[in-house]
Amino acid sequence: MSIPSDLKYTRSHEWVKIEADGTVTIGITDHAQELLGDMVFVELPKVGDSFSQKQECAVAESVKAAADVYSPISGEVIEVNSALADSPEKINQDAFGSWLFKLKPGNPAELDGLLDAAGYQEVLDSEDH
Amino acid sequence: MLKKTPLNETHRQMNAKMVDFGGWDMPLHYGSQLEEHHKVRQDAGMFDVSHMLPVDIKGDGTRDFLRKLVANNVDKITIPGKALYTCMLTLQGGIIDDLIVYFLTESWFRIVVNAGTADKDVAWILKQRDALAPGLEITPRRDLAMIAVQGPNARAKVWQVLPGSQAVTEDLKIFQSTTFNHFFIARTGYTGEDGFEIILPADEAPAFWKSLHAAGVAPAGLGARDTLRLEAGMNLYGQDMDESTSPLESGLSWTVDLKSERDFIGKQALLDSNPTQQLAGLVLLDRGVLRSHQKVVGQINGQAFEGEITSGGFSPTINQSIALARIAAGVSPDDEVHVLVRDKQLRAKVVKYPFVRNGKVLV
Repeated sequence: MSIPSDLKYTRSHEWVKIEADGTVTIGITDHAQELLGDMVFVELPKVGDSFSQKQECAVAESVKAAADVYSPISGEVIEVNSALADSPEKINQDAFGSWLFKLKPGNPAELDGLLDAAGYQEVLDSEDH
Repeated sequence: MLKKTPLNETHRQMNAKMVDFGGWDMPLHYGSQLEEHHKVRQDAGMFDVSHMLPVDIKGDGTRDFLRKLVANNVDKITIPGKALYTCMLTLQGGIIDDLIVYFLTESWFRIVVNAGTADKDVAWILKQRDALAPGLEITPRRDLAMIAVQGPNARAKVWQVLPGSQAVTEDLKIFQSTTFNHFFIARTGYTGEDGFEIILPADEAPAFWKSLHAAGVAPAGLGARDTLRLEAGMNLYGQDMDESTSPLESGLSWTVDLKSERDFIGKQALLDSNPTQQLAGLVLLDRGVLRSHQKVVGQINGQAFEGEITSGGFSPTINQSIALARIAAGVSPDDEVHVLVRDKQLRAKVVKYPFVRNGKVLV
């Protein structure tokens, strides 16, 4: 699976899409869903919750394990993808198309510290060895 | 260095995701654990269980030795090929392992033990043999492979790929076995579905596996094996029970014969014990996933109690999370308890298990 070049990434396997209005959309990467296996439950944050960067903000549960999702940047939750509650398998089918939640960034400068697609590919390559 | 079964290369050819399972390099799944689970409930799937160990016990007095060695009573198995599920206990009544005993002849019984406990089991059995029946021959059979074919269509698929086998295995009842050529075929399993467990020479396992696959039997990994056995309410050694728990606190009283005069290792300890805990089934009422080691809290007659989930997970057949939990003995089906999951208390209902049997939801 190729890594979309229009997204930003974290070492903990979240993807971040910077929207035109300055908000960000966040999900977990294809690599993350592959490691976890069939998804069966997603615990999402609530609209209005605030997180600092790298704080646990959601939980993705597969048949195999529960994995924490970390907020790639600080900010306030403005929307959550509640449709995932009934169809968590969408993450397996299309990880980059299945967002978890949207944030209003607390400190937009944090976005500059995220990985681009090439940087994330290096993280994956180093995990393979 | 991980241990490999005779099917290791075959799993890799089938794109299995391999994991370290107690020192064995085993398939977790071949793409989707959920699909493998459903395939076994609805059609037929196959598992490589060659990491488990058959041990042959031979010689005069084998039955007497087993009457002493295991907690269930081998006098219940008198028809050649008949199988018995039992625990093997410490003197203190703790569970060393759970296993199946097959009666073949009065001078040949076969037991099949778990992979993770195999070395410990063999050492224990040899020690007891030396003390009780030094003439017996105990032979671990690492030269054999074992394949479980499970599901409503499993037997028919086996008959299809082993011409001639139908005539000799069709009349086998649950927990009976027979031999067909040099295949040992038992109508047993760990999924709650019909099917066979087949023990065969290691070098014949890959060809047999591939012919089953060609007949439409889906390879299934340890992931599906775990969700299937949990739905079927079958204990997993090391998780739902171990040497610190007795069968009477592990939902296995039905496998312990305390009524007959027969003495067995651990019997006195069980007679002296007063079990205060039970293994109960839980169905989660809220959204979430139950996992092993989560804490269970509840009240019984106004008294608070605490317990722990021993096996938990998502049930693909019920589409809700289920668990086995060790909780106070007085808690009854339909009682409600709470499970601590991260920062939340989720509601769960106590149920009688199995949760699923032969494709049907029972809770």
